[in-house]
Amino acid sequence: MTSAQRPTLLRLENIRKSFSGVTVLHGINAEIEQGEVLGILGENGAGKSTLLKIVSGIYSLSDGALHIDGEPVTIGSPGDAKRLGIAMIPQEFNLIASLNVFENIFLGHELKRGSLLDKAAMRQRTHDLLQLLETELDPDSLVEDLSVAEKQMVEIAKALVHDARILIMDEPTTVLTKKEVEVLFALIAKLKAQGVTILFISHKLKEVKQLCDRLMILRDGQLVSMDEVAHLSEHDMATKMVGRELNQIFPERSQPLDEWALEVSGLSIRSQLHDISFGVRKGEVLGFAGLVGSGRTETMEALMGLRRSDSGQVKVFGKPVKIRKLRQAVELGLAYLSEDRQGAGLVMNFDLPENISLISLKRYSRGLINHQQTRKQAQDYVQRFSIKAPSLSSELQYLSGGNQQKVYLSKWMDTDPKILILDEPTRGVDVNTKKDIYHFIQSLTEQGMAVIVISSEMEELIGLAHRVMVMREGRLQGELSDEQINEQQIMLLAAGLGPQQRETA
Amino acid sequence: MSDAIKKGALATRFFSGSNAKPKFTIGNYAPLIALIILVVISALASEHFLMPRNITNVLRQVSYTGIIALGMTFVIIAGGIDLSVGSGLALVGVLVIMLLNYLGDGWLAVSVAIGAAAALGAMSGAINGALTTKGKIAPFVATLATMSIFRSLTLYISDAGEMVSQNSVYSKVGTGYFLDLPVPVWLFLGLAALGHMLLRHTAFGRHVCAVGSNPKVASYSAINVQRIIFSTFVILGVTVGLSAVMLSSRLNSVSPGDAGMFYELDAIAAVVIGGTSLNGGKGTIWGTVIGAVILGIINNMLNLMGVSPYLQGTVKGLVILIAVLMQYKRER
Repeated sequence: MTSAQRPTLLRLENIRKSFSGVTVLHGINAEIEQGEVLGILGENGAGKSTLLKIVSGIYSLSDGALHIDGEPVTIGSPGDAKRLGIAMIPQEFNLIASLNVFENIFLGHELKRGSLLDKAAMRQRTHDLLQLLETELDPDSLVEDLSVAEKQMVEIAKALVHDARILIMDEPTTVLTKKEVEVLFALIAKLKAQGVTILFISHKLKEVKQLCDRLMILRDGQLVSMDEVAHLSEHDMATKMVGRELNQIFPERSQPLDEWALEVSGLSIRSQLHDISFGVRKGEVLGFAGLVGSGRTETMEALMGLRRSDSGQVKVFGKPVKIRKLRQAVELGLAYLSEDRQGAGLVMNFDLPENISLISLKRYSRGLINHQQTRKQAQDYVQRFSIKAPSLSSELQYLSGGNQQKVYLSKWMDTDPKILILDEPTRGVDVNTKKDIYHFIQSLTEQGMAVIVISSEMEELIGLAHRVMVMREGRLQGELSDEQINEQQIMLLAAGLGPQQRETA
Repeated sequence: MSDAIKKGALATRFFSGSNAKPKFTIGNYAPLIALIILVVISALASEHFLMPRNITNVLRQVSYTGIIALGMTFVIIAGGIDLSVGSGLALVGVLVIMLLNYLGDGWLAVSVAIGAAAALGAMSGAINGALTTKGKIAPFVATLATMSIFRSLTLYISDAGEMVSQNSVYSKVGTGYFLDLPVPVWLFLGLAALGHMLLRHTAFGRHVCAVGSNPKVASYSAINVQRIIFSTFVILGVTVGLSAVMLSSRLNSVSPGDAGMFYELDAIAAVVIGGTSLNGGKGTIWGTVIGAVILGIINNMLNLMGVSPYLQGTVKGLVILIAVLMQYKRER
């Protein structure tokens, strides 16, 4: 084993965790080495988060023991974890927007001189840290002015200021652009060289393959594999996670019809979108690629009447229409699933029927809502999409990400759409659910639905789309179809380097 | 693997993994349980408590702020708050009695005045609604300002003097009985039933909850968020207007300086004790009814037991704190 030269830093001994009698971790044994990047893979609900919450002191373990440097330790609170050098970079950042970078980094552990704050020392240490991280960030910038990637950098600096030895990162790359991911990976390599252990959770197999030394794969609360990354192919990883062969994650593409479902021309929003024109046919999947912030979401929101546009014509099934409010778009048969499932998609304290019927509620009410009918309809969707929920009356917050996404899809399917727009439909969703969603998209196009998919995962667009529009800085940079749709072409266009042989009207 | 077993296993996993609770837990019935305990204790502590006259009295006392609390439930669930209801009540009360005295005697005048009270109340609510939606002023601040404005207008219009109704039948509305229960109590219970239907069983009520829970999700679900918020203030305004009728007809007069004083406190307290979250998004009308009754019983018991009236505010404040603390504990 190549790992033999690295000393064991953290040993998990028979870690068990149960919540009110239900066991979610069935005795995990593992040795985590100093200075390694350990990828942690598993479907939603496999126990990854629970395990890491135990390590970082958020949950207490039901049975088993943790050892650091061979000594048994008790991690009863996040404070204990911090003292032991364990820090977690959460998915949702815990930063205070109105404070600046160094104030955030030292929040709760301010350096003092006498009873006054020693701002100079804090600023200096922050500066040193940021230098070490090789970022241009200014210790005095306000956090609210920072990009997502920069905020993440602040979180990392915040962890390092307490001399973290184990850094836990929970899907850090979902919010980053490709470029920012590269910066992050370079940073991880640097930390690793300094002997910091990184625990890295991700759903992106390619990323894990590229970054990690070893891989821990969890399934149903059990450790199914702990192995060198070099020994595993992406296919192996997926199979181990799911527990069976995953054949054909992308279904066969169906043949689009000739009829245009949606035609957009000259859509513009001052200083945001410039002259966007595209169309999608019945039975076709049109992909939208581009970096985060390239204007894809803005385009769709303007189309749906969620954003005011300054100019542009829209035709739905050949008929010119004006859409000023979302309600009008819904009535024309357009549906839009936002990328922000929890922030803009679902009411987390509503149950399944309440969420699913929220847009289409008129259909179920003649003055009073027919609750029986909404429940029956929700039950149908639960079966159709195999949504896993404790019961129909469970609030959405208690469902996993993948199941939430399926409820979100049900909610819009219930408006009976003809044109379905999906913005990052598989973000934060496990492999199995991804596959379900892809197959569902395929079956819809088979029935003549026009589908637009915005995605930052290129293989998704390559696997699904008949044509791909690439956007950059609020403009359409180019259109790719059939064999032209590959990673390189998309990247070139997205980066603004594309061969501009195409007219973008 | 068997699908059913798999489904069951997953279900329990999600269920427990996130400390999930089914919808109907003891926590949801906490207001009702508190009420029952309170009634038992009160009955043991004072032999007067369960006498029909005392009970009727408590219910009548409760109904004035209780009616307002019904409207307040909608505003709070939609994520707002309204501090102006007490002043609004005084203003509507004064205007209604002026109108009544202008219209002359008889039931027709009374009917017109009641309609006018509802309309005036709706207008005061519309002003608050417009300030928060169109003006984008935080409801706490907007209604703090209108609280001051309404009270000051009341004093100005009435010249700070008591307004007495000259109508000979008006007082029958507030003092009347129907089937052994005072009219205000009937109105309170009737509006509660109506409010419950509106909140639980109509699209509007569902939209109110959605807006309070997450306005962005609501607007991305084709709900007109501003219109919903505005409507909740108008509904509250109507209940304020009707409460003004009940109170002024009971006394056959309105004293502009102290009519409706601290009603905002009682109304908000009833809503919170009833389990409605001050963060918005969820709540029930029956909870509010129970919350109002709990407050009424506490006041009544303090009176029966001869506790100084000056201490009653302290007790009320403590009850509100306990209710809010219990809510936070449940939300964690």
